[in-house]
Amino acid sequence: MMLEVQGLSKSFGGLQAVAQVSLAVPQEQIVSLIGPNGAGKTTLFAMVAGFLKPDAGEVRLSGKLVSGLKPHQVCDLGMVRTFQITQPFAKLSIRENIMIGAYHHTDQPRRAAERAEAVASQVGMKMNLDAPADDLTVAGRKRLELARALATQPKLLLLDEVMAGLNPSEVEEILKIIRGIRDSGVTIFLIEHVMQAVMSLSDYTYVLNNGQLIASGTPEQVAKDPHVVEAYLGHGAAARLTGGDRRA
Amino acid sequence: MRSVKLQTLGVGVVFLVALPWLLDSEFLIGFAVLVLYSATLGQSWNILGGYAGQFSFGSVLFFGTGAYTSSILHVTYGINPWIGLLVGVVMGMAVGAFVGFLSFRFGLRGSYFALITLAFAEAFRILANTVEFTGAGIGIYIPLRQEPANFQFTSQMGFYYVILAFFLISTYITLRLEHTRFGARLMAIRENEDAAEALGVNTFRHKMLAIMISGGIGAAGGTFYAQYYLYIDPYIAYGVEKSVEMLLVSIIGGMGTVFGPLVGAFALHSINEIARHYLEAPGMSLVVYGVILVLIIGFLPDGLIGLLKSKKKAGDDA
Repeated sequence: MMLEVQGLSKSFGGLQAVAQVSLAVPQEQIVSLIGPNGAGKTTLFAMVAGFLKPDAGEVRLSGKLVSGLKPHQVCDLGMVRTFQITQPFAKLSIRENIMIGAYHHTDQPRRAAERAEAVASQVGMKMNLDAPADDLTVAGRKRLELARALATQPKLLLLDEVMAGLNPSEVEEILKIIRGIRDSGVTIFLIEHVMQAVMSLSDYTYVLNNGQLIASGTPEQVAKDPHVVEAYLGHGAAARLTGGDRRA
Repeated sequence: MRSVKLQTLGVGVVFLVALPWLLDSEFLIGFAVLVLYSATLGQSWNILGGYAGQFSFGSVLFFGTGAYTSSILHVTYGINPWIGLLVGVVMGMAVGAFVGFLSFRFGLRGSYFALITLAFAEAFRILANTVEFTGAGIGIYIPLRQEPANFQFTSQMGFYYVILAFFLISTYITLRLEHTRFGARLMAIRENEDAAEALGVNTFRHKMLAIMISGGIGAAGGTFYAQYYLYIDPYIAYGVEKSVEMLLVSIIGGMGTVFGPLVGAFALHSINEIARHYLEAPGMSLVVYGVILVLIIGFLPDGLIGLLKSKKKAGDDA
């Protein structure tokens, strides 16, 4: 198993953001985590990547305990995250941004630059790499997040809503890129809101609501799960939907 | 491209080495000494503030530590100031490590880091004013014995070459930041610390190294000051004025650039000399500093170097 999460919990004051969550991400698969706003998805990610200290529970990467490690140590072990709100190194060029990731495996600027260019083309960044990252559009910034993370040569990529804010054709492109990354041997665990993306991309899906896992399975199974429908559309929605099905 | 740049640098170094003969006046060479000394201190701030993005309001900590270390060793223990210089640099790095550890360990960033460095500088000033071995409020007079072996010179020329060496070393270190992984990582920390950490950068370790390098350079500037003016007291060594000068020359010239501190130091001291010549009131220079700082931050956030660069860019586009 690439990633194992056991009984992970976190509360902020009186708010239980994540409660007793256990899940697993198998090697070279795309596993997604969905749930309504405020479900605790990003909190869970932050704990997995070492940005937040969990109150309880543990995280294992390829069997090694990573909970309690700093983010850069987690990165050393081959797990790297992207940010939902993109965090470019604004004043550095696009190339320099990706090089920071590439420096994880070399201290030679020339090699890091070469790697940065290779990764940029892998994620379809065809623009001038010497432009400042500040100049990028939303779609460009999302790709940059992906490129930087990929440049560290991770075993496991944690993608936090890389498709949010993209138009349908941009989503289509990034889906292709993510599949390509998986096919190159990188395991992917992603948070996503864009349902179309989750359905077509994931091998397996977990659903989080109010900090708790309420369902898991293949995307088709999850989409039919009455708990999930209720979580997204409100109490009684599942019954009304299935009722509607019967009438039709 | 790179070789052209190297040529320009080479010409610059030759120019600086030849400068005292070109100027041929004790006053002008003295002015050049002041500019290079200020630029060296600015470089200390620039590495920590301009490159690593950790804004220090108390960089005088390093300056004062260097000045006191060499002076105390020299006056109280009779140790040669050149050796005192090296010990001072080590002490400056140690003070950097001490303050850095306490601040970065607990994740102090931005204005909190600025305030803690300011607080440390004030604490050191009060301490230096109280304890006996720093000469307390009276300060330390360094006996006059003008021999190069004693880090004292009969003419400005001698001091000029010493401070030129300090400046070139500190600038070489800064230049290396532009072309190494270490420097790239410092800039990544400056731009976005969380993102740098996520991409595998040990941000704590890098910030510690940055503050120690800054501390070593600042301390060398402090020893130079003590040997040049032959006097040091708590207010000079740990006063807020020097901290302000250190960040001012970087910000005016352009922080996070290799030559920003030199340009800033030249501009600041030119204005200072002119102000002193035409404005008789004491303390006017501080008022002038304040006005300049407001103007630069308001209109030239990238400093004077930024002005040159944007001019050049506009020229290229045309």
